[in-house]
Amino acid sequence: MSSDTGKILTTDGIPLEESLKQAEKKNKIKAFLLVAPLLLFLIITYMIPIGDMFSRSIDDKMVTNMLPKTYKAMEKWDGKELPPEEVFEAFYLDYKILVKNKTAGKLQTQLNYEKNGFKSVLKKLARKQKKFEEGNYKEQIMKVHKRWRNVEYWRAIKRRAPSYTYSKYLKGIDMYSNEDGKIVQVSEDRRIHRILWIRTVEVAFFVTLFCFLMAYPIAHLLATLPMKYSNLLMICVLLPFWTSLLVRTASWMILLQQQGIVNDFFVWTGLVADDNRPEMMYNKTGTYVAMTQILLPFMVLPLYSVMKTISPSLMRAGKSLGATPAVAFFKVYFPLTIPGIGAGCLLVFILAIGYYITPALVGGASGTLISNQIAYHMKSTLDWSFASAMGLMLLTGVLVIYWIYNKLVGVDNIKLG
Amino acid sequence: MALPKYTEPHYRIWHYFYLLVCGCVFFFLIAPLFVIFPLSFNAEEFLVFSDGMKRLDPDAFSLRWYKDMIYGTKNPWGLAARNSFIIAIFATLGSIILGTLAALGLSSRHMPYKGLIMAILISPMIVPLIISGVAIFFFMAKVGLAATHLGIILAHIILGTPFVVITVTATLSGFDHSITRAASSLGSSPYNTFMKITLPLILPGVISGGLFAFVTSFDEVVVVLFLAGLDNTTIPIQMWTGLREQLSPTILAVATCLIILSVLILLTAELLRRRSERLRGINR
Repeated sequence: MSSDTGKILTTDGIPLEESLKQAEKKNKIKAFLLVAPLLLFLIITYMIPIGDMFSRSIDDKMVTNMLPKTYKAMEKWDGKELPPEEVFEAFYLDYKILVKNKTAGKLQTQLNYEKNGFKSVLKKLARKQKKFEEGNYKEQIMKVHKRWRNVEYWRAIKRRAPSYTYSKYLKGIDMYSNEDGKIVQVSEDRRIHRILWIRTVEVAFFVTLFCFLMAYPIAHLLATLPMKYSNLLMICVLLPFWTSLLVRTASWMILLQQQGIVNDFFVWTGLVADDNRPEMMYNKTGTYVAMTQILLPFMVLPLYSVMKTISPSLMRAGKSLGATPAVAFFKVYFPLTIPGIGAGCLLVFILAIGYYITPALVGGASGTLISNQIAYHMKSTLDWSFASAMGLMLLTGVLVIYWIYNKLVGVDNIKLG
Repeated sequence: MALPKYTEPHYRIWHYFYLLVCGCVFFFLIAPLFVIFPLSFNAEEFLVFSDGMKRLDPDAFSLRWYKDMIYGTKNPWGLAARNSFIIAIFATLGSIILGTLAALGLSSRHMPYKGLIMAILISPMIVPLIISGVAIFFFMAKVGLAATHLGIILAHIILGTPFVVITVTATLSGFDHSITRAASSLGSSPYNTFMKITLPLILPGVISGGLFAFVTSFDEVVVVLFLAGLDNTTIPIQMWTGLREQLSPTILAVATCLIILSVLILLTAELLRRRSERLRGINR
């Protein structure tokens, strides 16, 4: 079958090398076509919307849309001295429409963010503008309030113009950019978001720690017991794992309430007085206890699957070489379980940092996390761009952790049950 | 775990302490589920064990909350259960089909950019639910699918596929590709090979992935909270509203039913896992 040039040919007369390449290419396309439906589906319904969240979070056309004529007129104004008559006229016309449509309040709030004291000036204008006569709006507006003579206020309007902003991100960490364009912190009593971020990380960290401390011994027990016992005990881990999150949260609400069983038990043992039952729900304690129990299986399962592969003879070898059980454990067994610890901890941490349902139900005011804030802005204040900004900040954090996880353990090593 | 006779006393104490700790943790894991059972049979309206219940007085127990769950006036549970099942079943089917195909492609050694694509496919599992919820809500609102069953089903397919991809890829990792080649060489069409050879072998993985997808959809509340209208209320939504507003024992009756359902799912998953390991020739 060899040709004159020495190349091996297939029966079709094509060089074998080429034929193989074609087959490889065909296989590649075939494999890709199998993945394509899901990939396309996820890109359209999931990846692009997440990207859309980003454009929403920096989208700030609100004020620009409210004052279209003003911004058009301001294009020619250099911002050094008071703007010319056209700007005043355009602003008067824009503002009249806003007052008529009862949407002036939004503009007042937005401009007040930009320059303190703008709200009252605008409110006064809203009352007086009905009596305005045609022509010479500059004089008329300046007569309403002396601050209209101050060029600072006009600059503030102009500054508010850009249609893209990172102010929502600054708000997410309790900062804002002030009149001079400097980024400063908000006053102390209004710093709520930073507390939430810190609390979220703190709760996620401690829940992960508690889960690890509790999961390690039982995963070890499950991995070393004979099969017939460990299968039975495994149910204790898997049943909660498969049970509805809301059911488990409900049972914690029953247990932790003031007349609940846990409190009854404390009273019975004499730890607390009957009339002095501690509040265990609607605060951080409730969040910690419930989240630890709910996330515990996610720590046990990866640990178990790693421990299962460690041969017991390694510990015996260590001991026979003179190590005490403690030394053998820390020098031999523990290092071998580190991949499982990494997987479990990062899994639990990632899940905990984005938790919503349990903190919302048992957390109360002092136990809510950043997710609750996002949901609040989505459903109550309808400030979707702020919710998007906070969501993306959280997502960035999670992706960093995920990246570390991937480096340390590998995504392919995730095991379920 | 009996200790050998020669064990020194302080190791013996240490060992019993270890067993005690394990016992406590197992108790912590499983006990909360069992409070719900007796309280759901409470004859009274309070969510505490009444004195009658502590004395095991038969009059203190009743099926009243189960009756309320099924026949109660203005009862949301019937509609919620129907919606939940419809949504979960279709979401599971969708996840299984898309996820299995993708897993087959991913486990081919010819697949380009495997790592990147795998990362994209399982990202809905890693991204916090609240963010997925916000993003999916924006999408569904844009295409007009908010507050429809279809919208929620699509959302749950997004959340469910990673589980199918992971379990089926795991099943395929022990898969002997020479048998499909053998089938092809004996003249079987690719479709026939898939249906008669590949599918039966990966079926346990497909079903257990499907179970994960089902449970994910059936238990999902964050995304549904954003998407659901009044007609699309599901069991988790009803439970969420009930838990936020007023804890009534009817919720415990529902919860008991859900626990029974999860026991059934657990048993199925466990049987499948063992069968899969047997089929793949993993001996223990």
